[in-house]
Amino acid sequence: MPDGTDIVYAYDGSFEGLMCCVFASYEFKEIPSLIRPPSDQQTLFDTAKWIETDEHKADRVYNSIPMKISSLAQDLVKLGFLTCVPNKELLILHFLRLGFKHGGKVMTMLTDDIVCSLQKAVQHLTSESHKFKGFVRFSVYGEVLVAVIEPKNYVLPLLSPHFCDRYRSERFMIYDKTHRMALIYQSKKAELISVDELTLPEIDSAEVEYRRLWKQFFKTIAIEDRINPRCQRTLMPKRYWGQMTELNEKDAFARWQVAETGTGTRLSGTEVCTRDPLSTYRISK
Amino acid sequence: MSDSAKYDVACTSSGVDRKGKFGSIGSAAKAGICHSFSADGRCISLLKVLLTNVCIYDCQYCINRVSNDTLRVAFTPQELAELTINFYRRNYIEGLFLSSGVIKSPNYTTEQLIKALELLRKVYNFNGYIHVKAIPGADSELITRLGLLADRMSVNIELPSQESLKLLAPNKTKESILRPMGLISAKIQENCTDLVKYRHASKFVPAGQSTQLIVGATPDTDHKILTLTEGLYRKYHLKRVFFSAYMPISENSLLPSRDTKPPLLREHRLYQADWLLRFYGFEAKELLDEQNPNFNLQVDPKCNWALNHLDIFPLEINKAPYEMLLRVPGIGVTSAQRILSARRNGALDFSGLKKIGVVLKRAQYFVTCKGKVLEGLKITSDGTIRSLMADQYKLPSQFPEQLSFFTEPLVKREDVQQCLTGQI
Repeated sequence: MPDGTDIVYAYDGSFEGLMCCVFASYEFKEIPSLIRPPSDQQTLFDTAKWIETDEHKADRVYNSIPMKISSLAQDLVKLGFLTCVPNKELLILHFLRLGFKHGGKVMTMLTDDIVCSLQKAVQHLTSESHKFKGFVRFSVYGEVLVAVIEPKNYVLPLLSPHFCDRYRSERFMIYDKTHRMALIYQSKKAELISVDELTLPEIDSAEVEYRRLWKQFFKTIAIEDRINPRCQRTLMPKRYWGQMTELNEKDAFARWQVAETGTGTRLSGTEVCTRDPLSTYRISK
Repeated sequence: MSDSAKYDVACTSSGVDRKGKFGSIGSAAKAGICHSFSADGRCISLLKVLLTNVCIYDCQYCINRVSNDTLRVAFTPQELAELTINFYRRNYIEGLFLSSGVIKSPNYTTEQLIKALELLRKVYNFNGYIHVKAIPGADSELITRLGLLADRMSVNIELPSQESLKLLAPNKTKESILRPMGLISAKIQENCTDLVKYRHASKFVPAGQSTQLIVGATPDTDHKILTLTEGLYRKYHLKRVFFSAYMPISENSLLPSRDTKPPLLREHRLYQADWLLRFYGFEAKELLDEQNPNFNLQVDPKCNWALNHLDIFPLEINKAPYEMLLRVPGIGVTSAQRILSARRNGALDFSGLKKIGVVLKRAQYFVTCKGKVLEGLKITSDGTIRSLMADQYKLPSQFPEQLSFFTEPLVKREDVQQCLTGQI
């Protein structure tokens, strides 16, 4: 089988697309050296093979995983696709090839480099998403809660069940700045949509007050004799601090920069993301 | 108000899974969730407050004791509920940790706590996590009502022996503390059978109860504290026992002087031992005895145990049973489980162990793979001790870096094991 250093697959970046790449790898009896999502830059003499996404093929691959390997492996692959590990597509392909060869046993082959890397990547994803269950900070705008996060992995699908359950009677949005995606929950329905930029209106006095109270609580609760910044940073690395109320150095009135494109971020009946705070600012001046 | 409550260590929000409900706010996650970490590195999960810092008791170690000259204030139940709900909506917190000074009498105080929680649960429809302090000396009937509103209840023992109590907390007795603890434990048991019988029986402190012991305020030894801890887990089925290094907050001839440094490392060792009791199948008497009543501050308790039992090592990784794997320094709960599943696919070697997550730096002295020790390793009991100790000396002891282990999040993470790997 050609284990080509020159074969490159290009696909549309969807999970189904990746499943089709797996299909193609078996169909053409070849192992690509790279599977490229559309965002990556093309090289000058690009000879990448375009793999068309075909729902039927994708389903065949996806449904065969629990039958030929195990449902645990299926979960691992699904999660693996959300991770930020470089060349995750290739890792998943190799994992599946290994799985189709060895069956369910692949999940216990912990000393294998591929299995080990995929499990580590997924571990990174799940632990980051667990952290965000706590570190997400909502601000109240009228009736709507809005939070911004900057995760490494694509954690929104994992956060969705948790927050939708917790804030069942609320309307909220969590904006993932890294992946430019937003989780929007209203009238008992959750949606993931892509949003290029987000503009938030100014916060009201109640919000200012609760932020102040929370900052005060945060300061008070620390015991002076035990101050241990290193321990604090280990458990809550600084990259999370930017979007956390109690650690954000910026003034509470700091604004996100403007311009909204995206596909319909309007939450009905509210002013979230529809009003440009800068214009308000100018008027009030 | 939090200023007075901060000396309570417990901040876990773990132990109960509860789905959200329409029309109400909140849910609870079994694993617990840390929402932030304060500058001292401890997890902030719950809004930790006192209903009031007025107190009729005179416990010498406490800043709210009646003889201390401090400003006395109180929350109204409405204020407290508003604050909790608004923090919760913004995802600042996982729930409320409500404690109180003893105002007028234990019964009166408990009634106030019940009032506050009823308002929060029934009027504000708060469905998140609540941890409440049981007030020693309150009637059983009141404690029962309080327990039905909360997820976790705790009674702080604080001082590990009757003599210390008499000296420093003259208004409390061992009996007054252990009675509510016994009651809560009995109620939980009773409630379990009720739930089997009637599906809709209300839940009594579904996340169990916990307690806290002060370390270093009295001459009680580690052995005494650990034996007490073990007893509490067995007899009262506590979910957690917390330790708190004594912070000198008042000048008193009965207590260590104000410039005493809090025994943080000792507290750390106690937490490590606590883990060994709960997850590693150790017994208190294996770790300490009358002759060695205190932990070795240089070496962690598990290493210490291993060094005293060199005759059973080295263990063959590919044959040793799970219980024995857990006893190897450098192997934690997760890595032991992973060894079990990985070795079904063939014998493991040292590089495999490393990939699995075993801390070879420690484990290498105690294991063999396929009958061989790690290449280039010379085992003499003396050498082992020296290299393990050398490892410890690199860290300036009594220095904070080493202490990151015991902070709350580790308790709470779903995969407690993950945190343990290689740490004990």
